[in-house]
Amino acid sequence: MKGLSESKRVWIARDYLKCSGCRRCEIICSLSHEGKIWPEASRIRVFMLLPGIEVPHLCVQCHDYPCVEACPTQALSVNKETEAVNVDKEKCVACGKCIDECPGRIPYIHPIENYVVICDLCGGKPKCVEACTAGRWNALEIIKKSDTHTFKLYAKSPETVTRDIASQIYGKKWRETV
Amino acid sequence: MRGYSGKVLDVDLSNENIKETKFDEEILKQYIGGRGLATKILWDKLGKNWEKIDPLGSENLLLMLTGPLTGYVPGARLCVSGKSPQSNGVVGSTVGGEFSVELKCAGYDGVIFYGKAEKPVYLFIKDSEVELKPANHIWGKGSQETLRILVKECREELANRFPRRGLWKEPQAVYIGPAGERRSRIAVVAAKWAHAAGYGGYGGVMGSKNLKAVVVKGTGPLPDVVDMEKVSTLINKVLDINFRNIVFRRWGTGNLGHDVGSRTSSEPVRNWQEEWHNEESYGSYEFEKYWVKRYWADFGCPTSCLKLAVIRSGPFEGAITDNPDYENQAYLGPNLGIFNAEENIYLTALIDELGLCGIQVGNVLGFAGELYEKGILTKQDLEGIELKWGDPKAFAALAQMIADRKGIGDVLAEGTHRAALKISELKGVDVSMYDVTEKGIAIGAHGIRSEEDYPGYESYACSVQAGDHTSVARIPLDHGNSEFRSLLYDTGVFCWFNFFEKEAQDLLWPFIEAVTGWKIMEEQWIKAIGRRILHIQRTLLLLGGPDLQWVPRKDDDVPIRWYTPLGIGPHKGKAVDPKRLCRDRSEYYKAVGWDENGIPLSAELKRLGLYDVDKKLDDVRQKIQK
Repeated sequence: MKGLSESKRVWIARDYLKCSGCRRCEIICSLSHEGKIWPEASRIRVFMLLPGIEVPHLCVQCHDYPCVEACPTQALSVNKETEAVNVDKEKCVACGKCIDECPGRIPYIHPIENYVVICDLCGGKPKCVEACTAGRWNALEIIKKSDTHTFKLYAKSPETVTRDIASQIYGKKWRETV
Repeated sequence: MRGYSGKVLDVDLSNENIKETKFDEEILKQYIGGRGLATKILWDKLGKNWEKIDPLGSENLLLMLTGPLTGYVPGARLCVSGKSPQSNGVVGSTVGGEFSVELKCAGYDGVIFYGKAEKPVYLFIKDSEVELKPANHIWGKGSQETLRILVKECREELANRFPRRGLWKEPQAVYIGPAGERRSRIAVVAAKWAHAAGYGGYGGVMGSKNLKAVVVKGTGPLPDVVDMEKVSTLINKVLDINFRNIVFRRWGTGNLGHDVGSRTSSEPVRNWQEEWHNEESYGSYEFEKYWVKRYWADFGCPTSCLKLAVIRSGPFEGAITDNPDYENQAYLGPNLGIFNAEENIYLTALIDELGLCGIQVGNVLGFAGELYEKGILTKQDLEGIELKWGDPKAFAALAQMIADRKGIGDVLAEGTHRAALKISELKGVDVSMYDVTEKGIAIGAHGIRSEEDYPGYESYACSVQAGDHTSVARIPLDHGNSEFRSLLYDTGVFCWFNFFEKEAQDLLWPFIEAVTGWKIMEEQWIKAIGRRILHIQRTLLLLGGPDLQWVPRKDDDVPIRWYTPLGIGPHKGKAVDPKRLCRDRSEYYKAVGWDENGIPLSAELKRLGLYDVDKKLDDVRQKIQK
């Protein structure tokens, strides 16, 4: 992969403590992909299982792509330039196998269509990150993609992240409440 | 129709009948949504017998309305309304958060509750599937636990019903705490944590209907607009203007606990005995130590005026709340003789948990504190509490009694004004001197004696929402803080705080057009659309009842206390000048189209087609002549 369109090889780093919960990322993502403000169809979803702990949840582009491996209809593929997961809406049967295989259960079925929704990195210039940095929240930041296995470790369920952040900022007893 | 989902849910709690209603475009064009539409609905449904309707009785309505701009204009809010158990009029009480957006995404512009449920219930809306569910298991629970259980069980239900969809994002909720359940007039309708529709007392209305919460999951998009490209451009302009407001983004209103005391000298101190303090211990520097999230926002908001405060050790360990914002800082701080950030965070978190309004309860606690100081309320009256200024534990204990309606708490749960009437009667002493309210509503923490803060003499006296500091009357009517502006925000329904700048305010008219297609200009708003709403709100406020009715003009006054000169600070000696108040009030009446008694003029009402309102006001006019 190295050497191919280096500039488009980006990764979205996330800092949950900095997420204000403004959902500007959801707004801009759904406007860009659906032409509407549609939080439930946004490729990035902000979970708020506990108020004050807002968790932007989106694809991390694992190095081994378990979702792509699991897809029975070859609807999922890896974009050669961005390394994002592409969804072929025609081939996808919304079976949910990719969701089950994702360590963070990140993909989900479009609210009214019959296909799965996964972040496409906006072709290398993610709009959610632009929205976040414009407000100087910087909960989302672009970093250069490298061939590390570290990225996959961020594929966590919102429950896990919420528990971790809750015990960090509210205290240990909050771990049990999620 | 654009910007609207086009449907409102009618929920009759008495017979569990749920149906959808639609409003004609003509009605929406005239009353828009939120506070405007709530006023129109209340007038139509309850106007005839308004004086007889008990706000805490089953005949009252509880409205939760969005507006066409909700979700589009940055900073989404929900407008809660009904006949107010505080003013006996109509208050458009708004609360921030994602609930209103979620509701629109579910396909509803609002929910209207009628009647009273036999047993505690909550409403669960999943798009067009709407169900009343038992709430016995959360009845009696505090705010945090209530929300935690609701989110968990509704999310589990979604996962079970739609197992293949992947993870469900949490549904959004509004709910009441124990104070609302006990029909306190100073209880809030809460959202998230530390988010509340406070003014009006609709938490008590919700409790009187045995309604613990409303939970919603909407999977659709926001309704279509006329010109999405234009809307996007306007959103970005509002964002840019507010991104530049560095100071407000940094502290929200949380730097005012010191500033309004020391600089403008308009902060309540020990039940408004003073309005000045220069306690550096109460500055934002001290509060910041407790912030674990410095920028905490609601849907679409560029400002993030909220900040998350947590106390992680010591006697108040475990307290979690917002900021606190200025109102909570003032009313649960200096107003109780408290000048310590940690103690203020503790008290704010406590009243969140109990579901009480920080302004209303802070006002009544200060009132009780002064009665204790003056020896009118004794340790015995307070069941052993020594209610000394500056003692957070003592005031916390009394707040708990208020939420529980225990002992004297039962009297104080009625709010300061009603408590003052009752205590005067019980003790045989006139305590009206210590009652700092406006037509049943505790006044926001911005005094007028120093004349350095934003409200003017006419602001509270002439407001149709009385003591509500977020809806103050100002002349001229196109003043940047005029009640017509608040009315627009509460009717829209979105947050005031992204529209401090004229530059931003001017974007709202094109915003309305890009969303709805309706060309409304400021002049038309002030002279026709907004005016109509204001007159109906004024009419319903004057009709009042059943327990209290305001006497036109006489009650358009400021608290007795504000005629007493300030005793300390740079504005020492300043008090409200009664002659000037009379003059400003008369000027306001004239500007807005009310007669010398503050009653909307017959010709003015006819000009706006409000014939039935005019006719109803004849009762009030005749009463004055007698």
